[in-house]
Amino acid sequence: MTLRQLLAAGMLCAAALVQTAVLAADIPSLGDKLPPHKSTADHSKFKELDKVFKTGPEVTKACLACHNDAAKQVQHTKHWTWEVIDPKTGQKLGKKNIINNFCTSTVSNEKDCMACHAGYGWEDKTFDFSKEESVDCLVCHDSTGTYRKLPGDAGHPIYVRKEFPAGSGKFVEPVDLQKVAQGVAMPTRTNCGTCHFFGAGGDGTKHGDLDSSLRNPPKFLDVHMDAKGLNFSCVNCHKTSQHQVAGSRYELAASRTGKPQPQGKVDDNPASCQSCHGDKPHKESLLHAERLNTHTDTLACQTCHIPEYSRGSVGTEKVWDWSTATKMGPDGKPVLKKDSIGRRAFDSKKGDFVWDSYLKPEYRWFNGKVAFTTRGDKIDPTKTVEINHPEGKPNEPGARIWPFKVHRGKQAYDPELKNLLVVHTAGEDHTALWHNFDWPKAITTGMETAGLPWSGKYDFVSTEMSWPIAHMVAPKGDAVPCAQCHQAEGRLAGIDGIWLPGVHKNELIDTVGWLAAALALIGTLIHGIVRLCVPCRKPRSKA
Amino acid sequence: MIDPVRPGYVYLYKRYERFWHWAQAALIIFMMITGFEIHGAYENFGFKRAVELHTLSAWTLLILWAFTIFWQFTTGEWRQYIPTFKKVGAMVHYYSIGIFTHAPHPFHKTTSSKHNPLQRLAYLALLSMVSPIIWGSGLLYLFFAYWKDFGLDKWLSLQGVALTHTAGAFMMLVFFIAHVYLTTTGHTPFAHIKTMITGWEEADEH
Repeated sequence: MTLRQLLAAGMLCAAALVQTAVLAADIPSLGDKLPPHKSTADHSKFKELDKVFKTGPEVTKACLACHNDAAKQVQHTKHWTWEVIDPKTGQKLGKKNIINNFCTSTVSNEKDCMACHAGYGWEDKTFDFSKEESVDCLVCHDSTGTYRKLPGDAGHPIYVRKEFPAGSGKFVEPVDLQKVAQGVAMPTRTNCGTCHFFGAGGDGTKHGDLDSSLRNPPKFLDVHMDAKGLNFSCVNCHKTSQHQVAGSRYELAASRTGKPQPQGKVDDNPASCQSCHGDKPHKESLLHAERLNTHTDTLACQTCHIPEYSRGSVGTEKVWDWSTATKMGPDGKPVLKKDSIGRRAFDSKKGDFVWDSYLKPEYRWFNGKVAFTTRGDKIDPTKTVEINHPEGKPNEPGARIWPFKVHRGKQAYDPELKNLLVVHTAGEDHTALWHNFDWPKAITTGMETAGLPWSGKYDFVSTEMSWPIAHMVAPKGDAVPCAQCHQAEGRLAGIDGIWLPGVHKNELIDTVGWLAAALALIGTLIHGIVRLCVPCRKPRSKA
Repeated sequence: MIDPVRPGYVYLYKRYERFWHWAQAALIIFMMITGFEIHGAYENFGFKRAVELHTLSAWTLLILWAFTIFWQFTTGEWRQYIPTFKKVGAMVHYYSIGIFTHAPHPFHKTTSSKHNPLQRLAYLALLSMVSPIIWGSGLLYLFFAYWKDFGLDKWLSLQGVALTHTAGAFMMLVFFIAHVYLTTTGHTPFAHIKTMITGWEEADEH
């Protein structure tokens, strides 16, 4: 390159720099800061929302004026229908149909249960599922944290100041629907938690891996939802399209193989760990020879990465025994007892409870299919009835060993017709169990409403319900250490179809092996002792 | 080779041979300690650490063997392992009777024949049976994750491989006990060990 060429190149560069500087100077100053919210629409500036709303449905109508397909979408989800037809078994499931071993059944108790329905006015079977303004947009989209629905109002928010719980002396203020409507946003953990943290009527009661501590969790509690770190909201994993939320317990993929799925690509199970991490996520040296990644052929990710659930003071309910319900205190009045940290221990309305925190899951083979014992199904009362049975044989393709919270209890059943009973618990009428403490009356109403026969007899049967654990994923350093399974009586004791080094042995090989070693030791010792002690030694001959 | 500087002594084990022997001894002892912990016999390092240390020792021993095989062939020392049945009877007689009456050892070590006939047979059994059992099953065990890539999962079970490895380990343990005991059968209890450290064997005066 000649000197002249170099000079020419230098001048060109300088010219380009000057040009850039001139262009930059041409951009006008924007002055104002970006609006604080992420959405492109500031709902507080819409005149449609700038008015006093008397009821929830009024707000919904305002929403639908712009979001004209939103209600139709919601009406196709189980958040609205509370019904799921299991494509694998054909069983009619969903809260509308099943009997669980917590509050047992929504049928005949809608006014209370529907506090968690994404709708307004589901009081009984006459509810119109096609009415668009009955869809509740706000329970999921409220960002003010002031929207509240209470049991007894069939899904309506609080319109007038009222005492809650009745007779407690505590009052709840009505919701400012205008403020809530003007502050709508994408759902946060708090929105989903409104119902999912409080399933079965209290914080942490039902799931064990979902409770109010996940509103603002520290990293050790959930590595993804860590409020100061990744700060995932529920819908980061439970990807939602047309209001269909992915990752239902009813349609669970117990395993997923292959590479991570880039966001945006069609994924039939985006809520699974493997969707982002792939099924071989561990980076391992030659020393480990893909040992952890081989575990993924047998174990669900959650099995190692959720060492314990209910990792906080909220805790979760382990046992609900309905057989002691209606037992009154010495004065004949209903009793309410709490455990040492203020969680319900006994309630005359509901029976006995056992709560605990920091729980090790129970492990089972699971292929994603769950067989439910629903209304009218025959049961064998001599055994513990599995309300839901996670299916899956050892090493069956698609099955993995999963962690479960198993909720145990006793609940009402018909000893003659041999099925679980629908009990009318909630309500102010004289047959409601929680009002009148009369089992036969409550069962009569419950079974009549469900349209099922009842022999007139009732007793209590032991039941258990299995909840797959998938939240409260710990940071990797807190994963279950190897030795917790690779030791006698470890976490996976009793699980069939696996060979666990450190646990499983062949009695014959071990007996023969140790015996041979012992004989070698004893033999050489005797040989040595005799060699040293034999008196008739000949002197070593010297040449 | 009789050293002119140290008459009465034979230089039996060369420097590399001694290094190989003691490094291998240390590794095998360590692998038995970690291996039986992985097996669940006791707790010392903890399962995870034991697995890591066991694997690391295995790789180290493999590297040592790569050098040793090279050494055996370049020096021709591999011939030391060619079995012979000559004097086997005499050796058995010596260990079961002669040794107690202080009868002379029926075998004389020389640089071209360092191992007595029983030793040759034992080492050959170790090399041709115990070693392949342990290494074959051990490497399969280690590379369990890759079975599918080679279609091995159709033919092998983790249980079978693990049990084979355990059986091999017990054989090694028995060999180890016998081997250590037999080192004490020289003209003094530590004579053989001394030779293995220094390389020099007191020339047999018989």
